[in-house]
Amino acid sequence: MSEHTTERTPPAAGHDPAERRVSGVSIRLEGVTKRYSGQAEPAVDAVDLHIPAGQMVMFVGPSGCGKTTLLKMLNRLVEPTSGKIFLGDEDVTGQDADQLRRRIGYVIQAGGLFPHMTVATNVGLVPGMLKWDRKRIAARVDELLELVGLDPEVYRNRYPRELSGGQQQRVGVARALAADPPVLLMDEPFGAVDPITRQRLQDELLRIQEELGKTIVFVTHDFDEAVKLGDRIVVFDVGARVVQYDTPEAILADPAEEYVADFVGAGATLKQLTLTRVGDVELRTPQVARVGEDAADVVRRATAAGEQYVVVTDRRGRPVSWPSVAELSRTATVPATVDERLPVVGLRSTLNDALDTMLAASQGGVVVTGRDGVAGVMVVETVMSAIQRTRDEAHG
Amino acid sequence: MTAGRAPGTTVSPAAVATETAETGGPAGSGWRGLLVQPALVLAGLLAFVVWRSTAALSDTEQRQLGWSALGRSVVDHLQLTLVAAALVLAIGIPVGVLLTRGPFRRATPIVLGIANTGQAAPAIGLFVLLATWLGFGFRSAVVALVAYTVLPVLRNTMVGLQGVDPRLVEAGRGMGMSAVAVLRKVELPLAVPVILAGVRTALVLLVGTATLATFISGGGLGLLITTGINLSLNSLLISGAVLVALLALAIDWAGRVVEHVARPKGL
Repeated sequence: MSEHTTERTPPAAGHDPAERRVSGVSIRLEGVTKRYSGQAEPAVDAVDLHIPAGQMVMFVGPSGCGKTTLLKMLNRLVEPTSGKIFLGDEDVTGQDADQLRRRIGYVIQAGGLFPHMTVATNVGLVPGMLKWDRKRIAARVDELLELVGLDPEVYRNRYPRELSGGQQQRVGVARALAADPPVLLMDEPFGAVDPITRQRLQDELLRIQEELGKTIVFVTHDFDEAVKLGDRIVVFDVGARVVQYDTPEAILADPAEEYVADFVGAGATLKQLTLTRVGDVELRTPQVARVGEDAADVVRRATAAGEQYVVVTDRRGRPVSWPSVAELSRTATVPATVDERLPVVGLRSTLNDALDTMLAASQGGVVVTGRDGVAGVMVVETVMSAIQRTRDEAHG
Repeated sequence: MTAGRAPGTTVSPAAVATETAETGGPAGSGWRGLLVQPALVLAGLLAFVVWRSTAALSDTEQRQLGWSALGRSVVDHLQLTLVAAALVLAIGIPVGVLLTRGPFRRATPIVLGIANTGQAAPAIGLFVLLATWLGFGFRSAVVALVAYTVLPVLRNTMVGLQGVDPRLVEAGRGMGMSAVAVLRKVELPLAVPVILAGVRTALVLLVGTATLATFISGGGLGLLITTGINLSLNSLLISGAVLVALLALAIDWAGRVVEHVARPKGL
């Protein structure tokens, strides 16, 4: 596992690898406390926390542990009873809350899009409040929709109701990023979408984060999600007590307390699957054919290479189907049929995602896409051997 | 498409009935229902005008049903309705908004209690009581009408605002919108359908209730009805009743058109 540790996780000192872009600022909490009147115990009890710039830090813990309250104190949707909050070196505890929030992106479940506004209006809200001119807002909206993988021409003028859950969530992320805030707060954003969509959204978020390097605080109750997305994970107990604050690898390998071990769960060895990225294992190079190519040619090529399946891509290089050589030999040209159930994962997906995707599609493999189209295919045996390896490591 | 429409027009009463649901029907079926009502009103009006022009009227009847006297009554009636409606909106909506804001929420039961009393009290009693206090005439009539019809507007404003998903309010605040901006750009637009349904209810109530203004010398079409009853002149009585009904239907229709147009897109 050591190669992943060096690749994904900054050393304990908090230095980022030089090649990683950072546009975020650090967040520092000093003795942040929230008491609600009529409750004996504070909801959040004197939390000290330092979140380094440009990192994605996951808040996990049981429901009611105060993690969401703590998150909402960062943008002062909940006013802290006492304590101080710094963005960078700036003490923002006493700042005008509305002004502060315009510098902090906020994403909630289902995107929190306003149903009576179009996608473009929703995304352009914060720039509008910051008095950008129309042209600049329109250009920014298109740029952001591209960034989150939605074609501006198609989606700009749609209403949220006309989008799928996953698309709404993408727009939610675009809206939060609109004014290029250094900090992004995400409150269980992917909790309401189906597992496959959630996995794609997670991959997208990782890609966006790699590109932008924001400081992201992400609340989730799903430990797998925390392991997959987080540079670091904070495990909370009641009263937002910080039980452990470390890299996913360290928490899985060495839970600080019984409580963390329980929370991480008995399947911790299997959870290592969540730490291994598809891009970290050996992929097979498939036969790739373009839509419209001469089928006989492709069949000949595949047979020569000893392949039984061919990955078909569209004009932009994206995989659309995965027919067998036998199927192809029955047609004259490679068909343009789009297989809606085609199992696809990204290089940043975890082995866990890949396995989920295979099971959901009832197939023994997945097509892996990278920045420039098809990066390879992965078969179920690869996942199995990874499981075997972690088992062996755990026992020996 | 035309084939699909034809049967729709024949089942109009049912369509109208479902349309009356508090928040209005689905957008698609809306226009069909909206076309039936003005047709009925126009037909009714036409029938009345034809009858009025051809009937042989006695002198007493002529005094009330003469075109100018009739016009006067209609204008008086509309004036009562519209002035009261303006006041109802000016009071009901802001108070409704206020009662859904933080510290004022506690006052909700009291204010709703008062508004409930206003509507629960028999309208005629309200008119007479207010007249003995404020004097007879237009002003008392308007005050009584406002007291009687403010409730639906007030209540629907509150219900509409309370119906807005609190997560949307939080999303708005979370992105840096002020409380006023969230109210103006998110809560009110989303509450518009419910608020307008309340406004329409209030308007229809107003048109009907304004007939009672005549008892405290407030004028309006009620005069025809009371005179008709007192003198046993069915022509006057029925004319008054028909005109009030037509007016109520027309205003209800206008309200529905507004609801249809003002419904936020994307819902």
